[in-house]
Amino acid sequence: MRVVIVGAGEVGSNIAASLCDSHEVVVVDHDPDRVEELNYSLDVLAVAGDAASIETLEDADVGAADLLVASTDDDETNLASCGTAKALGDAFTIARVKQYGYLRTWERAPGTFGVDFMVCSNLLTAEDIVKIIGLPTAVDVERFANGLVEMAEFEVDDDSPLVGQTVREADRYEMLTFAAILRGETVELPRGDSRLQAGDRVVVIGPSETVHEFASTATPDETAGEAEMVFVVGGGEIGFQTARLLQERGISPRLVEQDAERARELAESLADTVVLQTDATDANALDRENFGEADAVVAALDNDQKNLLVSLLAKRLGAGQTVAVVETGEYRDLFETVGVDVAVNPRTVTAEEITRFTRENTTEKLAFIEDDRAEVLEVEVDDDSGLVGRPIRESVPDLPGDVVVGAIVRGRELLSPRGETVIQSGDHVVLFVDAERAEAVTAAI
Amino acid sequence: MKLRVDYRASVSLVGTVLKYLAVPLCVPLLVALYYGETVVPFAVTMLLTFSLGTAMERLEPDPDIRAREGFLMVALTWFAVTAVGAVPYLVEALGIPGVAPPAHPASTLGNPANALFEAMSGFTTTGATVLGDISFETHTRSIMMWRQVTQWLGGMGIVVLAVAILPELSVGGAQLMDAEAPGPGIEKLTPRIAETARALWGAYLGLTVLEAALLYGLFLLGVDDGMTLYNAVAHALTTMPTGGFSPEARSIEEFSAAAQWIIIPFMVAAGTNFALFWHALTGDPRRVFEDTEFRFYVGVIATLTAILSVVLFTGAGFANAVPAGSTFDAAYLSEFTGRVVGQLEPAVRQSMFQVVSIVTTTGYASMDFNAWSPVAQYLLLFAMFIGGSAGSTGGAVKIVRWYVILKSIRRELFTTAHPDAIRPVRLGGRALDERAIRGIYAFTLLYVVIFFVAAGLLFLDAARSGLDLSVLETMSAAASTLGNVGPGFGAVGPMGSYLAFSDASKLFMVGLMWLGRLEILPVLVLLTPEYWRR
Repeated sequence: MRVVIVGAGEVGSNIAASLCDSHEVVVVDHDPDRVEELNYSLDVLAVAGDAASIETLEDADVGAADLLVASTDDDETNLASCGTAKALGDAFTIARVKQYGYLRTWERAPGTFGVDFMVCSNLLTAEDIVKIIGLPTAVDVERFANGLVEMAEFEVDDDSPLVGQTVREADRYEMLTFAAILRGETVELPRGDSRLQAGDRVVVIGPSETVHEFASTATPDETAGEAEMVFVVGGGEIGFQTARLLQERGISPRLVEQDAERARELAESLADTVVLQTDATDANALDRENFGEADAVVAALDNDQKNLLVSLLAKRLGAGQTVAVVETGEYRDLFETVGVDVAVNPRTVTAEEITRFTRENTTEKLAFIEDDRAEVLEVEVDDDSGLVGRPIRESVPDLPGDVVVGAIVRGRELLSPRGETVIQSGDHVVLFVDAERAEAVTAAI
Repeated sequence: MKLRVDYRASVSLVGTVLKYLAVPLCVPLLVALYYGETVVPFAVTMLLTFSLGTAMERLEPDPDIRAREGFLMVALTWFAVTAVGAVPYLVEALGIPGVAPPAHPASTLGNPANALFEAMSGFTTTGATVLGDISFETHTRSIMMWRQVTQWLGGMGIVVLAVAILPELSVGGAQLMDAEAPGPGIEKLTPRIAETARALWGAYLGLTVLEAALLYGLFLLGVDDGMTLYNAVAHALTTMPTGGFSPEARSIEEFSAAAQWIIIPFMVAAGTNFALFWHALTGDPRRVFEDTEFRFYVGVIATLTAILSVVLFTGAGFANAVPAGSTFDAAYLSEFTGRVVGQLEPAVRQSMFQVVSIVTTTGYASMDFNAWSPVAQYLLLFAMFIGGSAGSTGGAVKIVRWYVILKSIRRELFTTAHPDAIRPVRLGGRALDERAIRGIYAFTLLYVVIFFVAAGLLFLDAARSGLDLSVLETMSAAASTLGNVGPGFGAVGPMGSYLAFSDASKLFMVGLMWLGRLEILPVLVLLTPEYWRR
């Protein structure tokens, strides 16, 4: 497949890096230095020029491309690139936008602006944040099979009762599957006698309620139930979307925004949110609103340092769960190391969503674990699949890589995979795969 | 001092409106011809208004209306139209010396103050009367019809009508309608303001015709012998503008229960925002029931009706005795207590009719509520301040303003607990501008202040002229004229009249009605020096 990626920022480079092994990739960027650098660092062709101009796109031979990914930092440029690509050829176009309004327009009539698939980074980030809220120890949550199956990644704290238990002891739930144990840099597929240590991260797959039950046994002192009092600090687009999605979930969040005019604007569009116009670092003002008693605090300011500060302040005052938006990808681990429960990077989120789309058609959904050290896939299997017709115990070892079958969905019913379970054609299976072998495994299924 | 306001333009446009006032004067003229009565009062007035209007138009051949001219034009129009509208009453009572004898020399409207009061009460759809005797013995049928027509013209607004039909008003039209229309701000239904004005008048006309047809249907079916064609038209003409004039001395008490049940929903409709009817007719009927103001309006009417029904049903709502100088006697009281107490349908109907009539500021009565006890009367006094919806033909404060005030009080309570919270006041999902809320507070406070000052002045003048008035009578007179309701309590009750007041008091109430109809600010702003200066 010939892929043209427009914009070689963090998002574009990420996508280019994950696609360049198996596809022909052309990258367009307006910065000649970056183009130069990319030509050497990745096995791609990089072209310098204005992403929305027809000449540049002709240079990149968009007419012959199968896929165009418009991922610059500017919404209008991305839309114009997609429109131009449609004028030049028949490439499938993917546009990244920040503004939710464009997505709403596009959803009204997919294909508008010449865009075949639209990804709204602010909305995706907000969706990610909202999924994590309510599972205090979870660092990542994804839903599969129309929400029937949930995958969650938990950190095992020092004081967790799970420490020292074997997987067989910890897995007391019929429907829950332990997919992986992440220890340091290694990804370990759990066996019954694997022993959990403090600092491990475990990936579990199962129905949503069971995952929540598991979360409360993993950390009994923290309430894993529905978060009631949620603070969203920072009323930018991500903060706004987070509050909006929380409202949809029936939670009335408190949204802190410093700018009076913006605060008013937010309050007008968010009927069930209490908008507080105050400085996020003003401890007195936050104390008046019982900031320390919050079940969850989302730091979504436009500045990484401030987000860190707010998260640490929240932790210190006793808030339950802290989620911080971090714009600079490299800071993500640092944030989680110094005490922020979860750091979410909007660009990674966007790049993941776009990469999902470039995979084979059978893959319906894909989640990345720990910056693509492992992947969780949802696949609809057909008769040609190596999984069909045999018990899992026999079929899985034949696959070209380490695979854990996390869940099987037949029709609207969720089956718990056991060694003797036989997968049928048409089943949706949720698989945990080591990232390095992911492409090969996908091909075999 | 050089004036900043181009008063010539305003006066010229008032002239245009006066010129066209000759057209509605044809209605009573035709009625007079039909009944073989004198046409002199109307012919003279038509001649007068046409020539006066033409002369005023000459002042500025090409009027250019901006905000300030708009206020002046609207305020002047209402005054000029009232002055002209009083002429038929005077001519009927006094005649034209040397040309025509008076038709009814005994008419109380021979006094210019009375004629002006009756005309202003008509155009502002107040429905307060100074007729000494409401009957066809002392007035011609054509004059009685003119009273009804003035209310119908004033209901949807004379200026709105002018915008609908005069192309020269299309540019400043929105400004003019805003100054005249009840409620805070107008809603443009169509891109062209003239079409919006036409849509509103169209809905108004349609509902009036429908009501007249239904009422006359009762007569044809033999259900109500009193509801002749004349009465059906006359009452349709004063229900839809929430007017309240009736050619019958006993108002709606004269008619059958069926007629009263028909009039109730039309009064409710008259107090509804007419833009909603437009939406209902152009494809979205659900919008009417989803409208916050409409739901609140219906809720208030239902609550007051329920309370009053209980009060009347149990008998607690009726007076214990007949005080001296009452508008009703012991026989009337016992007849009605016998008919209403313990009877579900009459209790609900009497309660609902009076509540709807007062809340919408129509001012009809299906019985003399002077015969009610203080608790029931107090409910009606309270209702006098509520008013219809914005964009309706109702008067008083308007239901939407009370709704916004209640919501913003709730906001105040919330922000007391959360001092940093930003909480917009919402009206049906839409956040209201803080300036609009301030305007609503200012208007409502001003309304209440003017009401108390006016009641005080009426007391002073009554004392001066040796008139003996109770607190309830005086306060209800002030509230009723300022809110364009019509009846009050005691002497000014639904079957009574304002005749006893001195001329000075009557002229003062003419001012109150004028102020109330234009919602105070467009008139008051003319009194500030800033308005006139550069």
